[in-house]
Amino acid sequence: MTGTLAAIGAGLAVIGAGLGIGRIGSSAMDAIARQPEAASKIQTAMIISAALIEGVALFAVVVALIAQ
Amino acid sequence: MKTRNLISFFFFFLLAGTTIQAFGQEVEEKGDGKEKFKASTYILEHIADSHEWHILTKKNGESVAIYLPVIIFSKETGLNIFSSKRLAHGHEYKGFRLEEEGDLKGKIVLVNEEGHVDEENLPLDLSMTKTVVGMLSAAIIGLLLFLSLARSYKKTGISHPKGIQSFLEPIILFVRDDIAIPNIGKDKYEKFMPYLLTAFFFILINNVMGIVPFPPPFGANVTGNIAVTLVLALFTFFITQFNGNKAYWRHILATPGVPFWLLPIMIPVEIMGMFAKPFALMVRLFANITAGHIIVLSLVCIIFIFKSLAVAPVSVIFVIFMDCLELLVAFLQAYVFTLLSALFVSLAVREHH
Repeated sequence: MTGTLAAIGAGLAVIGAGLGIGRIGSSAMDAIARQPEAASKIQTAMIISAALIEGVALFAVVVALIAQ
Repeated sequence: MKTRNLISFFFFFLLAGTTIQAFGQEVEEKGDGKEKFKASTYILEHIADSHEWHILTKKNGESVAIYLPVIIFSKETGLNIFSSKRLAHGHEYKGFRLEEEGDLKGKIVLVNEEGHVDEENLPLDLSMTKTVVGMLSAAIIGLLLFLSLARSYKKTGISHPKGIQSFLEPIILFVRDDIAIPNIGKDKYEKFMPYLLTAFFFILINNVMGIVPFPPPFGANVTGNIAVTLVLALFTFFITQFNGNKAYWRHILATPGVPFWLLPIMIPVEIMGMFAKPFALMVRLFANITAGHIIVLSLVCIIFIFKSLAVAPVSVIFVIFMDCLELLVAFLQAYVFTLLSALFVSLAVREHH
């Protein structure tokens, strides 16, 4: 039972990460479309933000692994 | 890349997929007939640390492995150093046994003459396990690279880079110009450059070595071990604390601009924040690398679950794709760890403006 709950918890965390990184990607693409010459800076910032948000989501996965 | 080379690479990987079929021995022996392949056991065994370096298991069940030395210290018998071959398959040696099931699984325990396991006092296990050997190999590789780099600078002075210099120098300059100077500032960054460079390259080399499966010093899951990332995060923590100036401590213990009746709440919150930041560093690196390894291992397990060679091309292509993604994550996690360490150091040393 705890195994299933842990899996559900991990899945819920992935929803949050997906939404967050999707928003980063979309605003990064809007920004690049507006100003193509700043593309590399925007890309760097996007990758950093994505890594940080993924870190938070993986927190939840680690907690799910421990709880089970 | 020529198409001919591409096709031959593809068939080489396909062939590699067929050889993997020969050593899938993680099956449950259920006495008669049905042996079920347990993917979770297979994956967890490959992620976890172990006293032997398992290479392959032959068709008759014998396993070929490199047996790493066990260095164990118990209060009664003192320091014992022996090969872990003596503890393989649950044998006992000098009163030690490697537990294979139960709560103490994977640990070496003391067993007295009656066979009773002493569960209270575990001996001090300082063995060279798989993770330790992988970490030391990465350290040796790093030392070789950078000592030769320093030697070539000494010989030729500051001239145009050639050889290994031309690969390492842009990365070192990147760490200095894009991570250290923008965050810590032009006047204070030099003191922290050795630590930032060491952290970056240690994490990078260990991540990449974890992705490459053969030969033995590669393929050890070092940065996916939470003890290793804990120590790295502790380094960052101690470096920030020991370099904190008065403004930093004032900000934590008596945040300027906060009315005094809020301080009993603010101080615990700030102290928790002081610990939470390195904790996040630790979990981020551990979880990213372990997740990447688990995904690759699961995709390889597809071949064993379906027990058919026709699945092999699909699985191998997915594995190649995930390995490329893991390589990106390897660089990215090294960069993010170093960037956040520089950021925390900058918070500790910045002047009050």
